[in-house]
Amino acid sequence: MTGVIVSAFPAIELSIALPLVALLTAILIGGKLAPRLILAVGPLMMALTGIVAWQVAEGDPTRVELGGWEAPLGIALFADGLSSSFLLLTAIIMSAVGIVAMAGFDARDGETSRSYSFWALFYGMWAALNGVFLGADFFNLYVAIELLTITAVGMVALGGTRAAIRYLLFALAGSLAYLTGVVLLYAEAGTLDMSLLAANEGDASVRLVAGGLMTAGLLAKTALFPLHAWLPPAHGGAPAPASAMLSALVVKASFFIIVRLWFDVMPEAAGPVLVQLIGILGGTAILYGSLLALRQARLKMIIAYSTVAQLGYLFLIFPLSGGIAGEMPWAAGAWSGGMFHALAHGLAKAAAFLAAGLIIEALGHDRIDDMKGIARAMPVTVFAFGIAAISLMGLPPSGGFMAKYLMLTAALAGGHVVIALVMMAGGLLAAAYLFRPVNRAFSGSDIPEVAYVAYWRQWVPLILALLAMLLGVVSAGPYEFIQIGRAVTAEVGIE
Amino acid sequence: MMATIDSALLFALTGCVLIGLGLYGFIVHAHLLRRILAFNVIGSGIFLLFGALGYLGAGQGTDPVPQALIITGIVVALSLTAFAIALVIKLAEEEKTAVLDAAKTAEDLHE
Amino acid sequence: MNAALLLDAGLCLLILTAAVLAMTGRDLFGAIAFFIVYGILIALAWVRLEAVDVALAEAAIGAGLTGVLLIGAWSLLRRAGVSEAHELSHWGLRLVAGLASAATTVVLAAAVLALPPGREGLAPLVTERLADHGVSNPVTGVLLDFRAYDTLMESIVLLVALVAVWALTPASAWGGVPGMRQHARPDGVLAMFGRLLPPIGLVMAVYLVWAGSSQPGGAFQAGTVLAAVWLLVVMAGIYDEPPISSGLLRTALVAGPAVFLAIGIAGLGAGALLAYPDEYAYGLILLIEFTLTFSIGATLALLVAGRARRAA
Repeated sequence: MTGVIVSAFPAIELSIALPLVALLTAILIGGKLAPRLILAVGPLMMALTGIVAWQVAEGDPTRVELGGWEAPLGIALFADGLSSSFLLLTAIIMSAVGIVAMAGFDARDGETSRSYSFWALFYGMWAALNGVFLGADFFNLYVAIELLTITAVGMVALGGTRAAIRYLLFALAGSLAYLTGVVLLYAEAGTLDMSLLAANEGDASVRLVAGGLMTAGLLAKTALFPLHAWLPPAHGGAPAPASAMLSALVVKASFFIIVRLWFDVMPEAAGPVLVQLIGILGGTAILYGSLLALRQARLKMIIAYSTVAQLGYLFLIFPLSGGIAGEMPWAAGAWSGGMFHALAHGLAKAAAFLAAGLIIEALGHDRIDDMKGIARAMPVTVFAFGIAAISLMGLPPSGGFMAKYLMLTAALAGGHVVIALVMMAGGLLAAAYLFRPVNRAFSGSDIPEVAYVAYWRQWVPLILALLAMLLGVVSAGPYEFIQIGRAVTAEVGIE
Repeated sequence: MMATIDSALLFALTGCVLIGLGLYGFIVHAHLLRRILAFNVIGSGIFLLFGALGYLGAGQGTDPVPQALIITGIVVALSLTAFAIALVIKLAEEEKTAVLDAAKTAEDLHE
Repeated sequence: MNAALLLDAGLCLLILTAAVLAMTGRDLFGAIAFFIVYGILIALAWVRLEAVDVALAEAAIGAGLTGVLLIGAWSLLRRAGVSEAHELSHWGLRLVAGLASAATTVVLAAAVLALPPGREGLAPLVTERLADHGVSNPVTGVLLDFRAYDTLMESIVLLVALVAVWALTPASAWGGVPGMRQHARPDGVLAMFGRLLPPIGLVMAVYLVWAGSSQPGGAFQAGTVLAAVWLLVVMAGIYDEPPISSGLLRTALVAGPAVFLAIGIAGLGAGALLAYPDEYAYGLILLIEFTLTFSIGATLALLVAGRARRAA
């Protein structure tokens, strides 16, 4: 009985509507209420996205027609294993960030510029993220990523104007490229609905131009090398809770659309050149981002450059999926590895940035050289950073290990020796750039003087880091789950 | 004197040229207000392309779906423009400049 | 070549000329002025394409409001003493940019020419389904019925852009009044217009929304008219901008999207998010449009006013 009620519950629709309600409430009332909203919205969103996941696990991928209008006239929302995983990841990370940010963006002494705008942008971002992960219409996705862009740049602007402008310029160029592709796609196919587009092969050359433009635009927003220049100052300079959302979720949203576009909607239009090009950019990003991360003097900048590098792995799924790798015992190993990486990196990166933020609150800075002994003053926070680092390096038994193991076996099985070498080099470099701050945190024998940071807040990044670890320990369940509704191309490859 | 399908093709190609023109301005200009202006030229070029490709012929007008999407797009472009302009004003008031120095590297931006 | 095609060719040429001047004008103010002319010419192109709803939106928002925003920024930058030097980048970059832009245009044009002729898009389907519900303007039907979700998100984008602008307010000015104080002569021309035009503007806005259900017009075009009225009243010194901490102001901003969202969520009872029961569809769409117009007007006016600068 309850099963019937839960399966009919409009959880997909409400996971977009609820953040919007919170957004409007935060804008209307602001003041002391806005920072506290998370205490209600966080658990509700976890429950809602949990129900979406349950519905997908019990049944099949779920499609909802908004306004009761079928595509191509109406807009649909779509949830499969992949989108509900991202939805749940978003709920977990946003809730964690929200709880840590309650203290940093509080309104105890009355509403301030920061407390008011942060929470409105926060819920706007949440709605936009869920809109992207559930969207099934390419124009609607345009509106959603623009909402995401404004909230993300708005948060960066809380840290610095220059970084925000640089980010916005990349994002604007990206929006225009994406929109041009959407225009061509509509002219060619007469619809922007993913499933209708996928059902009809259309004109491959027009679709390649359209898809190429959309991809170029989305790559600028994902910050794939060489379009990454905006990311380190933006993610490194934003307030730490904002950095956590930006690195863990926002850049994944545009990546998610790229995956949908090529794996689900028009694999036949891609062609080997595009697949190889994206792969080469991904590999270069891994090496370049890692090398620059090694040279950073500040903790948040290390984590930001690490994002540039780690995003590179995501794009290796383009050259890696298909071929002999498709016949591996773990079906669609490369694709699944890439998606695992997106999830594990999200949890670990959010943990790392939140931990760095707490260290900044305690020390007043994040210069690695002046961090001696911080592990003795803030053991829980440094432990959280360490656990997150294990997943980022890809060491067992973390989620990051599982991701890289899947991708590496696919690379070796498919004879992609260069890619395998790049992945291994990336792992070693990650160990090197993450070991530096951890080593410094444990060095010396004094306990440095630090400002008070509430103990319970230090547990939040630790929980996220442990979840990244758990994703590797119980990997079979999540692995099965993301396969629900997976495109055939994830197994046999694009082309 | 109604437009024809040939006119629509002309407008569509004009849209393509506007996109190119705007792109050039967006890349080469240093002054941020000029880059925002270029962004809007590209945007209206894209919209013109979209609408012209949806033109159905004299008396039938333009496909209403692209029309609605263009109106949405115009409002989104305005939202982005307004925010971008507010950021440029802030930069101007803080640092007396309306130019992002391309030579500056990411690292020294936040020192 | 017939006369219509010649006319349109001439219009395209004018559009391109205005765009080049807006791109290359040595004087920034001149470049902005050409951009506004360019926007009006684009609106004419929309009239030629029989897309009057878009023409109204382009003239009001694309040319008008964007132009006002750019001019406002230009004057604040002058006040801040920022150089307007017409700096171009290194010739190497200019060459690369020129090639990249030309390539973009060529690839796009090739894609346009490769499209099959005789496309109908979704026009027949829109006409067929529109009869089910009250509105007869197909564009309004798409915006508020078939693709209402887009329009809801769009109204959120606009609102969040305002919050993002407010986020740039220094702590000391939070809760204060946006923009600079206006000093118009009480017996001057501006003050006279400020008293004369608002009633006309209000009637026009109401008409645009109401007519939008069957003729060109709608919430976004009408909202722009409301914003223009608001700006005029402020410029004429008749009323000052409200402080951004004002509860009334915040209600005005949120009302439209909130009513839209509430009706959308109630639609779950009718079977889907944003579904309207057939017998109430027309009334609900009008209700959404009127509140949305009101909120869009307030949001646009405040976007032009910018962040808070003065104490309340």
